[in-house]
Amino acid sequence: MSQDKTTTTATPKTTGHNWDGIEEYTNPLPTWWIWGFYITFIFTVVYWLFYPAWPIGDKFTKGIPGLHTITYKATTVDGKEVEKTTHWNMRSKFMHEMNEMEGVQKQWFDKVAAMSFEDVSKDAELMQFVNSAGKTLFSDNCAPCHQAGGQGKIGFSPNLTDDHWQFGGTHDEIQQTIVHGRKGFMPAFKEVLNEQQITQLANYVLSLSGEPHDNAFATAGAQLFKSEDAGCYYCHGADAKGNTQMGSANLTDKIWLWADVPAKSTQESKLAEVKRVITGGLDRGVMPAWGGRLKPEQIKLLTVYVHDSLGGGK
Amino acid sequence: MKHDKIERNLGILLIFTMLAISAGGMVEIIPLFFIKETIEKVDGVRPYTPLEQRGRDIYTREGCYLCHSQMIRPFRDEALRYGHYSLAAESKYDHPFQWGSKRTGPDLARVGGKYSNDWHTQHLIAPRSLVPQSVMPNYPWLAKNDLDYSDITLRLKALRVAGVPYSNSQAEYERNVKDFGEDVAKTLHIPDAEKNLVAQAKLGNYDTDPSNITELDALVAYLQVLGTMVDFKKYDDDYFVKFR
Repeated sequence: MSQDKTTTTATPKTTGHNWDGIEEYTNPLPTWWIWGFYITFIFTVVYWLFYPAWPIGDKFTKGIPGLHTITYKATTVDGKEVEKTTHWNMRSKFMHEMNEMEGVQKQWFDKVAAMSFEDVSKDAELMQFVNSAGKTLFSDNCAPCHQAGGQGKIGFSPNLTDDHWQFGGTHDEIQQTIVHGRKGFMPAFKEVLNEQQITQLANYVLSLSGEPHDNAFATAGAQLFKSEDAGCYYCHGADAKGNTQMGSANLTDKIWLWADVPAKSTQESKLAEVKRVITGGLDRGVMPAWGGRLKPEQIKLLTVYVHDSLGGGK
Repeated sequence: MKHDKIERNLGILLIFTMLAISAGGMVEIIPLFFIKETIEKVDGVRPYTPLEQRGRDIYTREGCYLCHSQMIRPFRDEALRYGHYSLAAESKYDHPFQWGSKRTGPDLARVGGKYSNDWHTQHLIAPRSLVPQSVMPNYPWLAKNDLDYSDITLRLKALRVAGVPYSNSQAEYERNVKDFGEDVAKTLHIPDAEKNLVAQAKLGNYDTDPSNITELDALVAYLQVLGTMVDFKKYDDDYFVKFR
């Protein structure tokens, strides 16, 4: 500590340097400190015995063989489970930690994988696991597009909490969607139809949802919808209820995805929204395939979560 | 030499200080160049195509690395959120590398294929329109700026000097055919860089606007390839343990 030279009995030794009258003491370091310093030396030697440390040529030391090992279970390319023991390193430790976590969750995932969709959704205890694990998986992977509660976003991604399913709402269909992804497509009609015909069709589409529309135009639009000139019925069906096999929208359910009709307040602006989609068509709405990114049991669990917890119906 | 002399001579002091400081770095770094296991033996890693590389330059220009790392560490929580831990081999053609663990946004090492081009486009222009709680700034100019690719051959030549195997001669091209296959080798040929860049941008239509090639096209092309080069299904899930 700081000592006043004049009040101490023995004059402490200095380094002998004198910088503009400033001198430097050579007091010994505290004993506890110096021993701490020596102990770090001893620690490094212990470290070399336990962990990968020294480079030697094109190899490196991996600790004393057998002194500090990690045992883990691994899955080979052909699906076999093998147990291995290696020297300690970050990656074998990681394998071990993943095993531990999977050990805790495995019984539940195994149950989900083995049971039918219907049985899973009836099992209240299992559904607790589905809800918590599903929420995590959904937040990490699905929420960026479908939003945190699965409510979707008009003009971008479908709502998963309603009873309308563009590509089918059964467990199998939802699973198919997650594994392989989806893509929205509607041809542009600006080259096929004239302005008046598009206005007629748009009025018809608005009339299907009970939105304000022009009756005369809508009647003409209904004819056009089923005619070969426009051919809307090829995809949307003669009753305009869509087709989940090809993902064509049901135009009668008052649910809007690409034309943001509910946000518009006037008849003209609602009409303009629908006309925009008919004119320009649609070449977006890509959902990535998750088959390569998530494990099959995770996808199955997500399927149940989307179908039974988010409020899907059919 | 008396330390008196060192302390009175700034030049000598500087040299000795640098030597002392670099000793630690040299001891840690130099052996890695000689240890065979440093870079894992794995198929699929290739240099970026001209368009992806140009997107990478925009990534660095905009400072994306200040908030986003590209290094998934072998930790349970990171693997659960981001996917397989990053391999040294996966960034062997990166100049500069994008490792790090200081993150404000998520790690992007495996963001490729996770979202659609459409999502990236809208998210880069207005992040909060898709992720309400995001603190990421808007980058609307990326969609407006035409991509300047006039100097793409120079950029690839510079990387070639740094050791990235872009080919500038027939012999180098043939070496790349052998190493990466013909399809990839074609995209790495410097004389065709501009042609390849335009072709990939037109075909991929990354910013969902086919009328022009913007900086957004390049950036999304880059983001969509991140972490997708190695097919981990081809390896035992502990294959990479033996390299450490």
